[in-house]
Amino acid sequence: MDYTATGRDALLRIAEAADLDAVEALRIEFLGKQGSISLLLKTLGKMTPDERQAEGPKIHGLRQSVTDAIAARKSALENAVLEARLASEKIDLTLPAPEATIGSVHPVSQVMDELAEIFADMGFAVATGPEIEDDWHNFTALNMPESHPARAMHDTFYFADKGAEGREMLLRTHTSPVQIRSMIEQGAPLRVIAPGRVYRSDSDATHTPMFHQVEGLVIDKGIHLGHLKWTLETFLKAFFERDDIVLRLRPSYFPFTEPSVEVDVGYTVIDGKRVVGGGGNVPDGGWMEVLGSGMVNRRVIEFGGLDPDQWQGFAFGTGVDRLAMLKYGMDDLRAFFDGDERWLSHYGFSALDVPTLSGGVGTPA
Amino acid sequence: MKFSLAWLRDHLETTASVEEIADTLNAIGIEVEAIEDPAQKLAGFRVAKVLTAEPHPDADKLHVLSVDAGDGQPLQVVCGAPNARAGMLGVLGLPGAVVPANGMELRKSSIRGVESNGMMCSVRELELGEEHDGIIELPEDAPVGSSFADYRGSEPVLDVAITPNRPDCMGVYGIARDLAAAGLGALKPIVVESQPGTFPCPIEIRTDDPHGCPAFFGRVIRGVSNGPSPDWMQERLKSAGQRPISALVDITNYLMLAYGRPAHAYDLARLSGAMVARKARDGEQVLALNEKEYTLDSSMTVIADDEGPHDIGGIMGGEHSGCDENTTDVLLEIAYFDPEKIASTGRKLNLTSDARQRFERGVDPAFLETGIDLLTQLIRTICGGEVSELVRAGAPPSQPRIVHYRPVMAETLGGIAVPEVEQKRILGILGFEAVGETAELEQAWAVTVPGWRPDIDGAADIVEEVIRIHGLDKVESVALPRADGVALPTATPQQKLERRVRRAAAARGMHEAVTWSFLPESEATAFADEQNALWILANPISEDMKAMRPSLVPGLLSAARRNLDRGANGLRLFEVGRRYLRGEEGASDERPTLAVVLAGERQARGWATGKAVAYDAFDAKAEALAILGEAGAPVANLQVMGEAGPQFHPGQSATLRLGPKNVLARFGMLHPTMLRAFDIEVPVAVAEIYLDSIPAKKGRETFARAPYAPSSLQSVTRDFAFLVPRDLPAGDLLKAVRGADKANIVSVRLFDDFRGAGVPDDGKSLAVEVTLQPGEASYRDEDLKAIAGRITAAAGKLGATLRG
Repeated sequence: MDYTATGRDALLRIAEAADLDAVEALRIEFLGKQGSISLLLKTLGKMTPDERQAEGPKIHGLRQSVTDAIAARKSALENAVLEARLASEKIDLTLPAPEATIGSVHPVSQVMDELAEIFADMGFAVATGPEIEDDWHNFTALNMPESHPARAMHDTFYFADKGAEGREMLLRTHTSPVQIRSMIEQGAPLRVIAPGRVYRSDSDATHTPMFHQVEGLVIDKGIHLGHLKWTLETFLKAFFERDDIVLRLRPSYFPFTEPSVEVDVGYTVIDGKRVVGGGGNVPDGGWMEVLGSGMVNRRVIEFGGLDPDQWQGFAFGTGVDRLAMLKYGMDDLRAFFDGDERWLSHYGFSALDVPTLSGGVGTPA
Repeated sequence: MKFSLAWLRDHLETTASVEEIADTLNAIGIEVEAIEDPAQKLAGFRVAKVLTAEPHPDADKLHVLSVDAGDGQPLQVVCGAPNARAGMLGVLGLPGAVVPANGMELRKSSIRGVESNGMMCSVRELELGEEHDGIIELPEDAPVGSSFADYRGSEPVLDVAITPNRPDCMGVYGIARDLAAAGLGALKPIVVESQPGTFPCPIEIRTDDPHGCPAFFGRVIRGVSNGPSPDWMQERLKSAGQRPISALVDITNYLMLAYGRPAHAYDLARLSGAMVARKARDGEQVLALNEKEYTLDSSMTVIADDEGPHDIGGIMGGEHSGCDENTTDVLLEIAYFDPEKIASTGRKLNLTSDARQRFERGVDPAFLETGIDLLTQLIRTICGGEVSELVRAGAPPSQPRIVHYRPVMAETLGGIAVPEVEQKRILGILGFEAVGETAELEQAWAVTVPGWRPDIDGAADIVEEVIRIHGLDKVESVALPRADGVALPTATPQQKLERRVRRAAAARGMHEAVTWSFLPESEATAFADEQNALWILANPISEDMKAMRPSLVPGLLSAARRNLDRGANGLRLFEVGRRYLRGEEGASDERPTLAVVLAGERQARGWATGKAVAYDAFDAKAEALAILGEAGAPVANLQVMGEAGPQFHPGQSATLRLGPKNVLARFGMLHPTMLRAFDIEVPVAVAEIYLDSIPAKKGRETFARAPYAPSSLQSVTRDFAFLVPRDLPAGDLLKAVRGADKANIVSVRLFDDFRGAGVPDDGKSLAVEVTLQPGEASYRDEDLKAIAGRITAAAGKLGATLRG
């Protein structure tokens, strides 16, 4: 028998099936228990072996082609349905995604972390001390006895309270009392920095009654001004990540150091802003005061409980807020303490900006 | 301190330019704050002749001048000065010149319709004096067209900052000495002749307070005429910013500014009886030259006659005995006052003066006689008069001070090897006398300190003298010795903790603020612990900055309010800082703290989320737990307990404790009255974490974690819905369930808290999802049944029953 026409007819109808129900109806019509092709298959049993030999493959071939066509048609229709559903599920992806709030680390904290990182490499630990101090640690032990004119220049905030041994209690005017505490607690040799809040009774456009300082102290044997200069140069080079840092040392006076040295750093004016780097004696250049420093006064070493004939060293101090301003370009100190979210988002740092030496301690804009 | 270049040249033979002088001053430790160059200030102003002066056609008070400024072509200038007239010589500012008094740049303009090509200037406009009644009139011989600055011969003025250790440089002479040492010229010797008296001093002079005033020298000059001081002196005083008053007053001021030596001149006619340096009487009053009345006490020294004090010794003269134009007989006082007593008197009276600054820093005790001779010489030359014999009451300290100094210290302390010969040269010019072998570096020299250098008290001071004059720029950098290997960690556990929680909070989307350590007292009180008195400043800068904060919350609330006032809707701020409490023996106890303020909207209204959602207490709880977790606190063991404090909503706040006493944090919604006090109109959730209360890790730090291998068996979850009494804290149920079978239960999550239909009025339904992790073998039904039984039993102890 010839099944070609049957086959052609079946395949045509399958191809024309409009939906999955129609495909299923055709499957039953052709391949169901009573389906026309199923019935053809049954005829094989009644045939002679010779007939079966001739007809078998043709009927099986017919069944296979119809089965395949149904599967293909079903799959095509299913795909079409899916496509239609997906097309109906289109969304506007220009709509905003859920917002996650982004936080920040304050520039003062960031810069303090940077300082700790740089100085750790030079062997300095970070030391701390109380902000509510007594006048012995804040003045007397730093070679500022009661009548010392420098005391009056400190614009000190006092409390009515008296501390141990009747000492006057005050808000520390500098981080220098931590020098004394470190010497007493840790002895020598010693390398520490002491960042923290300090207070002066002073408030105008460029001064706030609270600000941040960092103190550095090295006590060892054979330490001289050359070591101080190297330390400050090395620190500033690492902090500003520039090789062209030039320092100018000027004699000055601090009761707690002798000799005392004011340290200027060279800058260049670029686009109206001071950029640290280069010697200051060039056109568009200048020097700005960045640090006060000197060799620790032997009386201060004595007050720290050490023998000044055996130990000597240097100390330095500078403003952390000021370092932050110089590096990161803020120009208003008062904004540091206002907590304006807009300022904090702009000048603050990502939690992930952890200063490292391998990555550079600074965070580029 | 200010002085003109001319004044400096009175004392220093030099050809150096003002720039060289300024650079040298900076290099040797006398910081030049400004160089005022009048020539620069007066650039663009010329001597000019008024050719014609006509009335302005449209303004009564204005003239239209035709002015010859030396260019040949007369310029038309409109001028309002009443003294402007044809033929006079004055000062013309040309377009481009900047008027010193107001910084205005002159330009060609039209004044009431008449073109004006410059401005004829007054004395005040050029900052040459106060006069402003008319324009400057110059003598007829002034060269028309020349620069006014050249004509006037103005000298540059240096404004320098003198450090408190250098009273000798509070006189121009001392500055000249330093410059001479630095190689900028030769110091001119002080020219003074001894002034023999022709009659005995007619007034008794003595000191009854040898501690406060060890020496009081005086003499009378009679028959003086006290007119204005000569121009040269007025010029010098003006360059120092002093107003000339009268010859006698100016001469004493001149001595102070030129030689750093305060002195005083009394009108003898106004004194009665002996002039005595004595201790003031308690409550004694004096009207000082600044026209203020001061009440003295017995720790202070005065110079007094029979009537009472005429001088707060060494600080300020009295109003009633000063010299004026009628003075004919004058008593000169030059005394030595104890620096410490001057300082304490000045502090007590809150009175500063040029004299106090010099005395408290220490004047040269050897300069009394030279000083009074200089004064006498000047008065005789300028005011005439007849000089009495000098009275010397008491004696100034005269012990020579000797410092032992090893010249090698310039290198071992100062970092510069300075040849000994050079060291001796420097010290010599500065007035030190160094005795010792120049060849022996290690051997100490005996260095005698000049009287004008009270600051020198040790070898380190000598090092400073040597190296500052030799040149600090010669210090070479020398690396600090470095330990082998990479740098060791230096941060303390406390420092690491603060760094970690700071970045954790920032990573959770909060901005770190830094707020003042001080608060208004009312805000501090509202957050204070009754057991712990506040630290209150005795001299606050304002009432808003008076009490040290006992909590970080008020400062953040104020910051939040400022942000809200600026239009912010939602805020997430935190701060890491100290709370200031009372410690032992009068010391402070400063506790590291992290506080969080969540104000207003947590979520703004959104297209997907609908209305804005405000922060609630659970947001604060989440932050507190997250930060405590980062800080290494055992978060799973924390108990949620009450007593967050009266600042909080009593029903929506809690503390997180480890054991009943140790409070690690408090959190919750702020009390509405507190919000009102801070003028905040949105809900605020707060968390305050006490970093000092977090227990330190026990034992030695190790890097290896506890061993762990995730089970290969699948975990099983089971839900339980319990009916519980309505007031049962959900946390108690969770804790009971968690503890029911610790070997199998790995987590318990509460997913429903239902009250309403099907639940009794005094109860609620809490539904939890329990995750079980089989260990060795998968669970059989009876295993699960047994675990469920243990869970139900544990919950049952709290009055919970399984919901059917």
